[in-house]
Amino acid sequence: MGPATSGSVAAKRRPRPPRKWLPSRSTIAILQITVLVIILLAWYVLGKAKILPEFFFGDPVLVFGQIWDWTASGEIFIHLGITLSETLLGFAIGAILGVIGGIWLGLSPVAGALFDPYVKAINAMPRVILGPIFILWFGLGIISKVALAVSLVYFVVFFNVSQGVREVNPAILANARMLGASKRQLLRAVYIPSALSWVFSSLHTSVGMAFVGAVVGEYLGSAGGIGYLILQAESTFDVNAVFAGMVVLTVFALLLDLAITIIERRLIARRAS
Amino acid sequence: MTRTLELKNITVRFGGYVAVQNTGIAVAEGEFVSIVGPTGCGKSTLLNVAAGLLEPTEGEISVFGEPLVGLNSAAGYLFQVDALMPWRTALGNVTAGLEFHNVPREIARQRGTEWLTRVGLSGRGNLYPHELSGGMRKRVALAQTLIMNPKIILMDEPFSALDIQTRVLMENELLNLWTADRKSVLFITHDLDEAISLSDKVIILSAGPGTRPIAEFNIDLPRPRDVYEIRSTPRFIELHMQIWDRLKEEVLKAYERNQYGTGN
Repeated sequence: MGPATSGSVAAKRRPRPPRKWLPSRSTIAILQITVLVIILLAWYVLGKAKILPEFFFGDPVLVFGQIWDWTASGEIFIHLGITLSETLLGFAIGAILGVIGGIWLGLSPVAGALFDPYVKAINAMPRVILGPIFILWFGLGIISKVALAVSLVYFVVFFNVSQGVREVNPAILANARMLGASKRQLLRAVYIPSALSWVFSSLHTSVGMAFVGAVVGEYLGSAGGIGYLILQAESTFDVNAVFAGMVVLTVFALLLDLAITIIERRLIARRAS
Repeated sequence: MTRTLELKNITVRFGGYVAVQNTGIAVAEGEFVSIVGPTGCGKSTLLNVAAGLLEPTEGEISVFGEPLVGLNSAAGYLFQVDALMPWRTALGNVTAGLEFHNVPREIARQRGTEWLTRVGLSGRGNLYPHELSGGMRKRVALAQTLIMNPKIILMDEPFSALDIQTRVLMENELLNLWTADRKSVLFITHDLDEAISLSDKVIILSAGPGTRPIAEFNIDLPRPRDVYEIRSTPRFIELHMQIWDRLKEEVLKAYERNQYGTGN
């Protein structure tokens, strides 16, 4: 135990810990691509050797062929457009309702106490199961997907905002009041901006939720969108198209996340406190 | 002399704890009054009462002879902690009060820019608070309060978080601004040097609980003053010794109480 107990002292005495081998960024990128290539190759070879049954696991070449076909025909863009608009609508409506609800329940102790158990109950429910109800109510079109996305986004934003409203810096509030802000002006100048900064901080989670809502909604029953493509492929046992849909979804989710990161940098970078 | 602000027989209790007991403080028109006391003695509580942010358990506050109801609209308040809105630029913060009073945007911007220049921040109006140094943020806060032209200025250890050089600079700047347009000031600090060099009157508060004023000193140092130079004049040193003599006891009391964990 000798060396272990004196470890911190030794570390302090040493000017610099021995440097770990860190590959350069380009080396890492090459290694990352290698990993992908190995996985794809293994998939292909195991499939061709009949070790992985092709009926269940497909063929990576055919998967990419399917993606190519969708892209070349332009079909994929129509479906992506549908999924994207459902996601964005779901996010926007869910975020606006979440901000309103969060501020209201955050500011009114009575309403907060009254609705608390119901909010907890609805939040505890796996809200994806609302999908069938929404399809019954709103049909197979875009509205039922937006509704599902809204129900997922709302709670993320709601909890962040009501927490944010309760934790508004009391000095900022007192300062605004001393400067003559009326109740309504306090709401506009202090509560809402402070709530919005909480919405920004949960942007990745809430847009992700909207995306899940849109895709799951499509998968439960729809006439368009990436979830619909996968559903179609599944019902005809076209496993390659199912995989192709998954790849497209993943790439799209990554792009969406990237877009949010860029928006975030623009919006919050200067305001970070 | 007319009394701008008067606190009469103020008692503040938080549950069973008596923070302030039977306290009276008066600030005359154009007078700079400092309140000095040991840490945690209820200085800020008193200021919050004067601002109308906290209702006293007993006692009255009168502003220009009228009893105070609700917030003290004649007063501007400079907080100890950062109270700028982080989502607004420096200019946006300075003009916030004008905006709350529905001053047209163009006029507000113009006056805000003037005030930023006056506190030495011309050209920095577009920066957000986190892009400014601590001293600059204090300047913004000062402009934010003074742009409203309050008849009474309440200050709660406004410069305590600044380094010593910036602090002297800000104190001088405050004196310049104050001299140009004499307002009544109630200034809270635990720094005796600061209190003497800025004020007309220094009030010593007893250690808490049950804080009350125990001594009052008139500061007859000539104005205009330079807060740095004045500290080496014989009269300053004499006053400092006199006041410190009285303050010392309270500081020791507060220290002992804190040692045994019953303080504050």
